[in-house]
Amino acid sequence: MSDSHWPLWEVFTQGAQGEPFEHAGSLHATDAEHALQNARDVYARRGEAVNLWVVPSTAITASAPSDAGPFFDPGNDKAYRHPQFYKVPRGVKVF
Amino acid sequence: MEPTPNAPADETALNAAFEAKIAAGDSIEPKDWMPERYRKQLTRMMSQHAHSEIVGMLPEGNWITRAPSLRRKMSLIAKVQDEAGHGLYIYCGTETLGVDRFDLYNQLLDGSAKYSSIFNYPTLSWADMGVIGWLVDGAAIVNQTVLAKTSYGPYARAMVRICKEENFHKRQGYEICATLAAGTPAQREMLQDAVNRFWWPALMMFGPSDKDSPNSAELLRWRVKRKTNDELRQRFVNLTVPQAQAIGITLPDPDLRYNEATKNWDFGEIDWAEFFEVIKGNGPCNKERLAARNKAHDDGRWVREAATAYAEKQAKKRQTEAA
Repeated sequence: MSDSHWPLWEVFTQGAQGEPFEHAGSLHATDAEHALQNARDVYARRGEAVNLWVVPSTAITASAPSDAGPFFDPGNDKAYRHPQFYKVPRGVKVF
Repeated sequence: MEPTPNAPADETALNAAFEAKIAAGDSIEPKDWMPERYRKQLTRMMSQHAHSEIVGMLPEGNWITRAPSLRRKMSLIAKVQDEAGHGLYIYCGTETLGVDRFDLYNQLLDGSAKYSSIFNYPTLSWADMGVIGWLVDGAAIVNQTVLAKTSYGPYARAMVRICKEENFHKRQGYEICATLAAGTPAQREMLQDAVNRFWWPALMMFGPSDKDSPNSAELLRWRVKRKTNDELRQRFVNLTVPQAQAIGITLPDPDLRYNEATKNWDFGEIDWAEFFEVIKGNGPCNKERLAARNKAHDDGRWVREAATAYAEKQAKKRQTEAA
């Protein structure tokens, strides 16, 4: 196994405690531990992260962009899922 | 659903959808359909950019052991490490277009890949470290700030990350220049000499003039490029002239003068013959850079082998424990 064929890992960084993890990029590494160390050196040289996730790229299943319309359609026509759908008597503060 | 290859009827519709996305200013993502030519142009641009970051480590790495103080040495090490990181961001971005980093890397090592012509000039004095940070990284920032809005999502995101870090590079370079400019006559002379050597190659970093840049129109239409080479070059000159004046350094161009009408600094004719010679591989350091890159790769082989062996051993250990 040459370095070129080290598996690809996706790197996610958490910028501060309590924040969500965000995709930062990817890198090649021999195993998870090596990927974590490389991720620290490549994606967190300036305190950009307090936590890191590394995930084998092959483990990610993604939605297909060409199907985005029909795939997300069930959520698009339901205005009643938003608070603005509901009428409130004039002058009343709901929140 | 993956588009079936060799289906021209479908392709017209896909192409229309792609163009509509570009027109709307949306980003193109790795799994989106894109014309082969868009993929090819981006692969070319991104891999050349990644190679430039990697080769860019060499002229500066050359001065780490000779930095004049610990402060300067720490900064230079951090800067060179950043360039390695930038190379990795962009290689990974390029891989999302369906190419293997291994192949790109081999193209760099065997000399068939192109990279920025600026790195084929020698770094002769410590002042060159200041001038590279100030002018070369300064030019790169002008270029990359615009690339941060490029239509290909992974490239744009890598650029946002890189721009944040390049600002440190430029400031540390300008600080070196300002310090030398306020120093002894010998230091001032060393700085002026470095500026004289790097000014024109820095202007060439923006690529050929618009009239000799055959790819530009298409790349602008696809929003891969957002400004032309000449527009970016002019922006860089306008930014840099006052910085040179502030530290009392002369830019080596007798035709450089402020144009009241256009509010630009007009500058002299660039020696394009030199530019194309360097691109072709006949610059002062092309061979030396390639040899140094190959040596670094070969010298690092044991590290790669050790990492692989360790991972295999760990995997075996986990297997035995599981059994």
